[in-house]
Amino acid sequence: MPGIETAVPALALRDIACHFPARGNPGGTYTAVRDSTITIAPGEFVSIVGPTGCGKSTLLNVASGLLKPSQGTVEVFGKPLTGINRQAGYMFQADALMPWRTALENVVVGPEFAGMNRAEADRLGRDWMARVGLAGFEKAYPHHLSGGMRKRVALAQMLIMDPKVILMDEPFSALDVQTRQLMENELLELWQADRKSVMFITHDLEEAIALSDRVIALAAGPGTHPIGEFKIDLPRPRDVAEIRHLGEFSRLHAQIWEALKDEVLKGYAQGKR
Amino acid sequence: MFRLKNPRIVLVQILIFILFIAGWKALTTFGIMSKFFVGDPFVVAARLYDWFSTGMIFRHLGITLYETVVAFILGSVLGLLVGLWLALSPTASLLASPYLKGFNAMPRVILAPIFAVWFGLGVTSKIALGITLVFFVVFFNVYQGVREVSPVTLANARMLGASRAQLLRTVYIPSATSWVFSSLHAAVGMAFVGAVIGEYMGSSAGVGYLILEAEGLFDINGVFAGVILLTFFALILDAIVGIVEARLLHWQPREATTVGAPA
Repeated sequence: MPGIETAVPALALRDIACHFPARGNPGGTYTAVRDSTITIAPGEFVSIVGPTGCGKSTLLNVASGLLKPSQGTVEVFGKPLTGINRQAGYMFQADALMPWRTALENVVVGPEFAGMNRAEADRLGRDWMARVGLAGFEKAYPHHLSGGMRKRVALAQMLIMDPKVILMDEPFSALDVQTRQLMENELLELWQADRKSVMFITHDLEEAIALSDRVIALAAGPGTHPIGEFKIDLPRPRDVAEIRHLGEFSRLHAQIWEALKDEVLKGYAQGKR
Repeated sequence: MFRLKNPRIVLVQILIFILFIAGWKALTTFGIMSKFFVGDPFVVAARLYDWFSTGMIFRHLGITLYETVVAFILGSVLGLLVGLWLALSPTASLLASPYLKGFNAMPRVILAPIFAVWFGLGVTSKIALGITLVFFVVFFNVYQGVREVSPVTLANARMLGASRAQLLRTVYIPSATSWVFSSLHAAVGMAFVGAVIGEYMGSSAGVGYLILEAEGLFDINGVFAGVILLTFFALILDAIVGIVEARLLHWQPREATTVGAPA
């Protein structure tokens, strides 16, 4: 997308650093993230890949406003972020649904917080349940639903708020491969409809390339930071299952893997220790 | 609570009861143990029948149940409120912590004479004792329940725009409910202990008073009749809590569900 650089970014993390109290070392600190600058243009789908445990989720928590960075600033459409990022929707890696609410009650929880009346919220909720392919499951409780269906409820719960920025933390990592590809395609379809800005965290390079306009690779922790950016010029609309067979896909995969390989090995070595 | 009523289990349970009564009866009939010390199950049953047929028990039972229920409700509500407050306010929790631990460690039954001095020999002193017993059971469970709220669910609700009050209503309280109910089962028993011990220490009516009176006359059958009566009504109150629990916690999975892919 030409001209992106000149527009006001939807989300800008500038010189972010996050230090945490070190475990088992009173007074010491552990630096999860440092020198991280990431900008996402309006309507852009950006994936962030990195070795497991490198601090990807920390960056997302900073972008959501749930976590205040030790250093650096966050801007949302040019305005500095204070408190929770109200423009953003967050889809968590773990199950975040309320188990005591039915699927529909979970979907409408955002509008309910905003004070929308019950009937209107229910109508909107049913509409979103249908859009994510869950019509007929309104009265089911989360424990009655499969992992994939719970992810759909979480997706509807987030999208019903019409966020301008979507933050996703390995949302499909717990799903089996087939369900995962289905959900990835559905996500792309929903995204294609009204082009929100997406910051998508994953450790799966293929998923990142298949979905994104741009892929940012992170170094292994501690003190993770971006080590490379790659534009993904694959045609849209895409089918995540088929796009993997394109020669261009393999070329990008090889190129990004080259940058990421050493970091993954470093992360693996740390994990083994 | 969800129970499968297996007829064979019920049959065996009844059998155990009959065996127990038969064993008790045999002990005294064959003179292995003195009737003076262990009583006679048939005389106990006759005594219970007597109490109900003459109607003399209703006044005593009514007073004991009244004390129990009021202590249970007030103690639970107080435990719930203080539990929520302290769990959500770290400073208050830090300040109150040593005192709460102290009060909890204290054998609170010993407060009965003090409450008798403060509130007299009527129902109020028994209710006060019941509250001190019930409060801590509920309080510690609510406190723990709120502390164990899933941080992801909490973060999710915040991202969806929940205010502090909305978080309390939609996340903290529902999440703590299952903890509250597990404590309420224990709390019912505690409320009974408060009422009966209170009566036992000094009163002019109630089942605890009846037991004390029977004991004074070396009427072991009267004591057993009172104990059985209390047990029976404690079970009924516990069952009522169970019914309310089943209604409020209907969302909980009852058995392993295997719908679709693992999450």
